[in-house]
Amino acid sequence: MSSAVQTEQERTRARAHRRRQSKNWSLFLLFAGPNILLILAFIYYPLFSNMYYSTLDWRLGSSSATQIGLENYVAFFTSDSGLEVWRVTGIFTAGAVLGSMILGLLIALVLNKKIPGKTAARTAVFSPYVLSGVGVAMVWNFIFDPTRGGLSHILGFFGVSSPEWYLNEDWSLFMVIIVYVWKNLGYCAVVFLAGLQSIPKDLIEAATIDRAGPIRRFVSVTLPLLTPTVFFLLVTNILFSMTNAFDILRTMTPTGHGTNTIIFEIYLQSFGAYQRAGYSAAIAVVLFFTLFFITAVQLRFVERKVHYS
Amino acid sequence: MSLTRSRPPKEDAQPRGIAPEKKQKLTKAERKQMRRGGWLDAFSRQNLADTIFTGYLPIFVALIVIVLPLAWMVSSSFKPPTEIVTLNPTLLPQDPTLDNFGNVVDRVPLLTMFGNSIYVTLVGSSIKVLLAVTTAYALVFIKVPGRNFIFLGILVALMVPPEVSMLPNYLTITGLGGRDTLWGIILPGLGTAFGTFLLRQHFMALPKEMFEAAELDGAGHFRKLFQIAAPVSIPAIATVGLVTVVNEWNSFLWPLVITGSAEKMTLPVGLNLLQSVETQAGSYGILMAGAVIVIAPMLIIFAALQKYIVAGLTQGSVK
Repeated sequence: MSSAVQTEQERTRARAHRRRQSKNWSLFLLFAGPNILLILAFIYYPLFSNMYYSTLDWRLGSSSATQIGLENYVAFFTSDSGLEVWRVTGIFTAGAVLGSMILGLLIALVLNKKIPGKTAARTAVFSPYVLSGVGVAMVWNFIFDPTRGGLSHILGFFGVSSPEWYLNEDWSLFMVIIVYVWKNLGYCAVVFLAGLQSIPKDLIEAATIDRAGPIRRFVSVTLPLLTPTVFFLLVTNILFSMTNAFDILRTMTPTGHGTNTIIFEIYLQSFGAYQRAGYSAAIAVVLFFTLFFITAVQLRFVERKVHYS
Repeated sequence: MSLTRSRPPKEDAQPRGIAPEKKQKLTKAERKQMRRGGWLDAFSRQNLADTIFTGYLPIFVALIVIVLPLAWMVSSSFKPPTEIVTLNPTLLPQDPTLDNFGNVVDRVPLLTMFGNSIYVTLVGSSIKVLLAVTTAYALVFIKVPGRNFIFLGILVALMVPPEVSMLPNYLTITGLGGRDTLWGIILPGLGTAFGTFLLRQHFMALPKEMFEAAELDGAGHFRKLFQIAAPVSIPAIATVGLVTVVNEWNSFLWPLVITGSAEKMTLPVGLNLLQSVETQAGSYGILMAGAVIVIAPMLIIFAALQKYIVAGLTQGSVK
């Protein structure tokens, strides 16, 4: 008798729990559902359909496609044009990341001093980061113009003639790296500045009392304490420079000769002259796993090895 | 050295025997400075040189490098073609003119494009911010099993760049009839991982007591979100909103892929079109006028609200 009552009570409680649960679920879906659906439809579905397209020999717009297995991947990793994309991506990423980090650190070290007007300077240095890449690239197109550009006039003042920025592929790559660094270094400077300001003043003062010179103080105190910032910037800059540079690359070098980094190549292959949609999808899949790998390495190491304390 | 001078240790803290010897080397004027708290120290002869060569000079060089291209852009946009092609250019236009801006309007439907950019930016950002707020709230406050798993899925989406999904999204939107339309530009970008992530971190840090009191009054999730969580999070929401506005305004790849006619293009795509039709050396003035139109609005917004924008864009760097 009493056990029957108990199970009856349990059943009511379980039913109430289920009701609460399903009410929570419907609220959850009302609040988060639209966003989750959009993410599924426009981020996850493309990820998987790319994997399917990447096995096809398929021209964009054509209704027929043939299954070719992993041939697109093999082509990307072994063909001359595929290896060229890796070479360009490597040089662009290395130049863009090192350039903006080194210059950003130098600017941050200066801005970290007590001088009037540094807040305004910080704002000015950061500003290119928020400007349209297309607009910025158009301005630099004018500056780099070998006959009319501001740079050719400056070089001419020193008796140097302007390099053929647009005709020579190596100079083109150097040019887009310069513009990317110009746009990006303020970001690095501001993050470095935050890192510098979190270093306890008394450590630096202690080193000063021990008669360490400014260079010694930087190498032995500041830099080791800055390693988490350096690592963070290294990873985010690699990710950004592999994905964010499209507008500069496309506006300054529309054909992509010598500047076809992996992100540009995805566009050129599917929407450029070639229309090789399957091959483009394969490169997109490779890019995704490259980014995934870099992020995974960061998550694994950033907490353990880099934190100083 | 400069540090020890500007903040001299208290006399009784110095070991006897060394202190008096050191003290004698300081001049009367230097001691006077110390008593004033040391800020005048920055202008002592040695330090003035130090401030100029390691402070102002590098900052000045950096500012020249950053600001000069933008100043050149603005100045050139007011120059007539003869001043553009000259071999002796001047920094300021000698004979300023508004012709370049008029020419941009002649070449491309600039006002339509400007309107398109504003529409796409405002509609896209408003929906994205709303979705980010509600999703973040659901992830933090509505307890359902598996929500951490859902959050993980959103985190992974955070690192998929739009270029990776460009081709399939092009096919999807084309299939829905959204090619060359404004909603076709907006729709694929609406799912927001960045804003959700940022606001979730923010909501998790809110004190629980704030909500308990409201629960006693019988407030449901809607009231808790719109009367408590959202109002106290205005700075964080503003940060997400501003970063979204900047990104939408500058967005180039997707609008480039999905639009075909000039009437549906946003400004960056329209400028790309302008650049492809204006290939003469003398037309740089027109191109610079176009660049001013796309760059100036963000520069103004950034100058006014840089605190929020910098905070949002450098998220994750400071723990």
